Amino acid sequence: MEQGTYKILMGNEAIARGLIENGCSVAASYPGTPASEILSSLAQMAKEEEVKMHLEWSINEKAAFEISLSNSYLGSRSAVSMKQVGLNVALDSLMSAAYSGVRGGFIVVSADDPGPYSSQTEQDSRFLAMFAKIPVFDPSSPQEAKEMVGEAFALSEEFEIPVMLRPTTRVCHARQNLFCYGIQKRDVPVSFRRDPNRWAATPRFRYFLHRELNKKLERIAVKNFYLPIRKPTHPFAKNGCILASGVAFAHVYDLLEELDLLDQISLYQIKIPYPLSKEFLEDLSSTYDEILILEETYPVIELQMVDRRKVMGKLNKFVPEEGELSPEIIRDLLVKFLNLPQESQKPITKGMEKGPTLCPGCPHRASFFAIREALPHAIYPSDIGCYTLGLNLKAVDTVLCMGASINQASGFYHSFALQNEGIPTIVVTIGDSTFYHAGITGLINSVLHKARFILVIMDNFTTAMTGNQATPEIGLLADGSQGFPIRLRDLITACGIRFLKEVDPYSIHELISHLKEAEKYCSSPEGGVAVIIANHPCVLEKKVLREQKRYQMEVSDTCTGCGYCLENFECPAIIMNTSLERVEIDKNLCIGCGVCREVCPLGAITIMGGQ
Amino acid sequence: MRQKIAISGIGGQGVLFLTRILAEAALFQNEEVITSEIHGMAMRGGSVISHLKVGGFRGPLIRPGEVDVLFFLEEGNLSAHSYFLKNEGVAYVNTMKPGNYRSIEATKIAIEIGTPLVANLVLLGYALGEKSLFCSEESINFVLEKISPRDQLKINQRALMMGIKRSGNTRAIR
Repeated sequence: MEQGTYKILMGNEAIARGLIENGCSVAASYPGTPASEILSSLAQMAKEEEVKMHLEWSINEKAAFEISLSNSYLGSRSAVSMKQVGLNVALDSLMSAAYSGVRGGFIVVSADDPGPYSSQTEQDSRFLAMFAKIPVFDPSSPQEAKEMVGEAFALSEEFEIPVMLRPTTRVCHARQNLFCYGIQKRDVPVSFRRDPNRWAATPRFRYFLHRELNKKLERIAVKNFYLPIRKPTHPFAKNGCILASGVAFAHVYDLLEELDLLDQISLYQIKIPYPLSKEFLEDLSSTYDEILILEETYPVIELQMVDRRKVMGKLNKFVPEEGELSPEIIRDLLVKFLNLPQESQKPITKGMEKGPTLCPGCPHRASFFAIREALPHAIYPSDIGCYTLGLNLKAVDTVLCMGASINQASGFYHSFALQNEGIPTIVVTIGDSTFYHAGITGLINSVLHKARFILVIMDNFTTAMTGNQATPEIGLLADGSQGFPIRLRDLITACGIRFLKEVDPYSIHELISHLKEAEKYCSSPEGGVAVIIANHPCVLEKKVLREQKRYQMEVSDTCTGCGYCLENFECPAIIMNTSLERVEIDKNLCIGCGVCREVCPLGAITIMGGQ
Repeated sequence: MRQKIAISGIGGQGVLFLTRILAEAALFQNEEVITSEIHGMAMRGGSVISHLKVGGFRGPLIRPGEVDVLFFLEEGNLSAHSYFLKNEGVAYVNTMKPGNYRSIEATKIAIEIGTPLVANLVLLGYALGEKSLFCSEESINFVLEKISPRDQLKINQRALMMGIKRSGNTRAIR
């Protein structure tokens, strides 16, 4: 018999637990909020439970997708996890995999971020499931996300189709008490079944695969209908119903309970928002006079309704078309939909929240300061990572998506080069992990097309924003073992770069002189892309903090309280003492990096005891 | 017991750890619990707030004006997050300034013990001592032993005790 126990698990841990309980043997991911903890939890659980799995932090989501898919081709259960914009990177693979189908159960976990809280879009992955023609599960809680993993594997194997699990931030980063089953060790032998008409289908066979895929979807949809959570015992005056999916269902359930309306209105939870049964949707239209649809973030259920005249949703703007469907928003919608009396609410006054900043001692801060000092009039394309916070230091002008900064610099250069007005200096900042992910192709393209700009790779040997996953430079693998490191320097040299410097950005004057030299190189007759690797390990790593030199900093009487350091360096450990009218060091926050001594124009910040 | 709790602070102050302790305490007491946390960019020194609901809720979020107990690890967040508090709710604030809340200089006490990082536990201890929470002192102690890193268990326990000791004798208006 299986033994089990109750645990508190975060949604991402619950998904990991579901994968391991259901015999997943390969999982791959690229870190991204809110999905990052799925793979790290899997690595930890596999270790604790001594389950043999291949787990990897792949170089990007496309690689992760294809690694996992291959295991499924061989007949074993597999998963790939990522944030929603990561799925854009893997979309090419997904579209084709839907046609070829799978053998071992294959789950694509794509975590959405309505809000958005940590993303450049609040796109709805369920739409990409619909676009790719695969079914998608939409959990309302960690518990449900875990249960759906088992259901998704079963569905995927029954129909030989990739299946998406789409949690949102409020599921990924919710914690809940839930039941965990014991983990059975199982050996699934893998085998390759040669079938070129399927695995290597040419366009002619792709037509047949497409037809097969459509048939699969029809068969899945027929079974995908729902009954109301409870049958109304005291029907409400209005003959309406509510369809909800994802965490919006949890919110609306709590609200109806609070309003004592659970037994008065038909509430449906749509667990698989695509593909929905046509009969079910038609039945809704003929049964009810009004249908409220609550889903995040795009109208996926709504668009499947053939008759939308009775629907109150996003398309008729009854439900907001952007942002998170928070309980307060849903409450207002219920009041309107059910014609409830408006209760007088005390007006809410929300003060300003404190925005995020780079950590005290962060090497990126030093790099940005040096860039602003050396090349104040440059254009600054940047990228996705902690260093997006270089915005605060006015050293970030553009952020598009992973790896875009280098192509954008190239594009800016070529446009300016068309005119005779002179070409501005362009300084790109990109982190090491992002460079490996999607930056390197941009660099190759830029060199080939003779672009000229300065590329500063902010190499902190980690993926800091998402929980310090190792980068290829270090070569540490997801299970903690050592892989073959891929050196940044070697890669850059191989891309044909002829100007390459490495410098520790803590030495601001050195970085400034390299930047000035790089600018000269860019505009010289033989110039091209100049690369500076600004390397210093992330100070969020405890080991780094322990081993790095720690200076005691002090502010002397020379400080006039001009605020230059606050404005241009923005270290949380430097604070203004308004009564003394000068800055001081917050000893609790300061990690003693000593960089600020190069920042004060008056030299008022010094190392205690002088140096 | 049904209770809605929120924890407000700045990324890095231990908002998530405090949330986890309370969630584990609910598990220890066989109560259903669901929480919501903020990870990612906001964790870099920005304002964060996490929610915790004990007693059979499905959704992880609390509406404005519905929080029973609100912890402020950072008094600077008072203006940003006070709107979550119920009229009859109580706020525990890490500050020396008196106000319409329960106040304790948690960071100062934590530094005296050895690290400002345990201010969250001082604040928790204070609320625990005042019997404002769904959970008992015993549950919290059990959880601390279960989830504290070995080298931090002692200081965590000490911080909690300091908070409990200080309950009932600070200059608070309410």
